[in-house]
Amino acid sequence: MRYRVLKFGLAAVALVAVAAAAAMAQTASGVPRTKDGKPNFTGIWQVMNTANWDIQTHSARMGPVVALGAAFSIPAGVGVVEGEELPYTPAALKQKQENQVNWLTRDPEIKCYMPGIPRATYMPYPFQIVQSQNNVLMAYEFASASRVIRMNTQEKSPAPAWMGWSVGRWDGDTLVVEVTDHMEETWFDRAGNFHSDALKVTERYTLADANTINYEATIEDPKTFTKPWKMRMPIYRHREPNAQLMEYKCVEFAEELMYGHLRKQPTSR
Amino acid sequence: MRTVLVVAMVLGLVVPGRAQTVSRTAWGDPDLQGLWNNATVAPLERPAMLAKKPFWTEAEAVEVEKNGLQTLLKAVAAEVAVSGELNETWLETGKVLRNRNTSMIIDPPDGRIPYTPDGKKRWDAQPTLGKKLTADGPEERALIERCIQVDPVLLPNPFYNNNHQIVQAPGYVMILSEVIHQARIIPLDGRPRADGRVAQWFGDPRGHWEGQTLVVETTNFREDGLFRGATAALRLEERFTRVDAATIDYELKVTDPATFTQPWTAVGTLRATAGPLFEYGCHEGNYSMPGILKGARLEDKGR
Repeated sequence: MRYRVLKFGLAAVALVAVAAAAAMAQTASGVPRTKDGKPNFTGIWQVMNTANWDIQTHSARMGPVVALGAAFSIPAGVGVVEGEELPYTPAALKQKQENQVNWLTRDPEIKCYMPGIPRATYMPYPFQIVQSQNNVLMAYEFASASRVIRMNTQEKSPAPAWMGWSVGRWDGDTLVVEVTDHMEETWFDRAGNFHSDALKVTERYTLADANTINYEATIEDPKTFTKPWKMRMPIYRHREPNAQLMEYKCVEFAEELMYGHLRKQPTSR
Repeated sequence: MRTVLVVAMVLGLVVPGRAQTVSRTAWGDPDLQGLWNNATVAPLERPAMLAKKPFWTEAEAVEVEKNGLQTLLKAVAAEVAVSGELNETWLETGKVLRNRNTSMIIDPPDGRIPYTPDGKKRWDAQPTLGKKLTADGPEERALIERCIQVDPVLLPNPFYNNNHQIVQAPGYVMILSEVIHQARIIPLDGRPRADGRVAQWFGDPRGHWEGQTLVVETTNFREDGLFRGATAALRLEERFTRVDAATIDYELKVTDPATFTQPWTAVGTLRATAGPLFEYGCHEGNYSMPGILKGARLEDKGR
C-alpha cells in the first residue's frame, strides 16, 4: 500500500514537472505581440519590492508615526541597484544624507507631486500601459500621473516636466525609452536619493514571459553622480480578471498638511 | 473592382453612404488617434439674447470667431481686474462648432440646462469658477483651483489648453486631457462595471463601438464630484464620430433625474492640432492656493 502511494506520488511529481516545463516553453515563445509583431506591453503592471522605500538594501525600522505602530513601519528589502553602491559626488552624498534625515518635509511624494521616472515605475501602486504603434501611454495610479512615450520621434521637449520627456525605440524585442527634461525636484525613493535637472534615464522593458517585464534603468547625471549606474527589477502583470487602474488623486490627502495652517479654523490634530 | 468593394464591405472596411476617408487601426477599430483641440467660442448654455437662434450664419460665425478674444476679455473683466497676462497669447478662444450652433447644448432646444429645483440649489451651492467663493479652507475653492479636476468629459474651458491625445490599443481607448493631466482609460471588452462601492472624481467608464462611433458610458461618480449639481446617480454618455482626417464630432448626453428634469445633450467639435501636449503640472506649482488662503486670513484680521 505504502509502495503504491509512493509510486503514485512519483508519477504525480513527474507529471507536474512535465507540465511545468511545457508551461515555461509555452510562455517563452508565447510572449503577446501586437499586429505589427512587437512585444505587447498593454496591461496593468506593478512591482513587488520595497524600492520606493529605499532603492538600496535596507533593514526594517520603525515608521515616523507612533500611533500607526506595526501597520505603517518600514519593511526591509534587498536593493535594486546594480553593485549596490550609488556613485554620488562627495557634495551630492552629503545632500542625500540630509535629504534622508529631512524625509518628511522634503520628499515630493508626501505632497502628492508627480513622482517622475524611474520612481513612478516602482511605487506601491499599479500602472497601466496602452501600446499603440507611434505612442505608448503609461498611466500611473499615484497622483494620476502619466506620460506618453513617443516612438522614434525627433521632436524636442517643449519644457521640463515632472514626468520628463520620453522618446521610445525598439531594440529587437526590447522597448528602449530615453527620458530627459526632468524636473530636478523629483526623487528616487523615500531615503533621500535624488538627482539634478541633468538627469537622463534610459529604460529597457523586455517581456520575460507573458506576465513579467524585466525592467532596467540606466541613470546618468554628471552633476550628481561620478558615473552612470543601473537599477533592475521584474514588474508583474495584474492577472485579476477585474483588475483596473483606480483613482488615487492624492491632492486632497495632502491639503491639510500643506495648507492646514492657513485655515480660518485650524483643525486640531 | 466591384469584387474588391464587396469584399471590403463584408469585412466592414467600407460602410456605404459614409465618409470613406475614416481610417481604421491595424486591428479594425475606427481610428480616433491623434492630438485634438476642442476649444470653441460657443458657450455651453445659450445666452438669453440668442434664445430663438440656434445657429449662426456663416457670416456671423466669422464675426464671432474674430471677436472671440474681446468677448472673453469683457466677460473676464467683470470678475477680475484685467492684467497683462490675459491676452491673446495666454487665452485661446477657439472656433465655432462644426454646425455653427450658438450653444453647445442642443437639447433641450432652448440650449439651457434643465435643472430641477433641487438640482439648481445644489449647483448654486457648489464652489465653481465664476461664483463668489469663500476661503475658510481649500475645500471652499473650485476643484480646478485645488488642481483636483475639471469636468470628467470633453467640455472645453473658456480659457486655454483644451488639448487631448487619443491612443488606442486592442480593447482600449485612452483619452489624455492636458488639463489636469488626466488619462481616461476606457475598456471596450464588455467587462462589467465596477462595484457600486467605487466612487471616483472621473467615474468609471465603459466603451463600445456603434458602427463608426465610439460610445463611452460613465457612472460611479463621487457625490461631491460637482458636475453641474449632479448626484452620484449621474450617468454620462459620450459619442465620438470621426468625420474626416481633421475632425471628430463629439456628443455628450447627461442623465440624472434628481438634478435635471430631462436628459440633456451637448455637442462639441474636436479638431486636429499639432501639439505637443504640455504637462499640466498644476498642484506641483500651486502658489495660488496658499496665496488665496493667506490673503483671506489677512482680510479676517482687517489687514
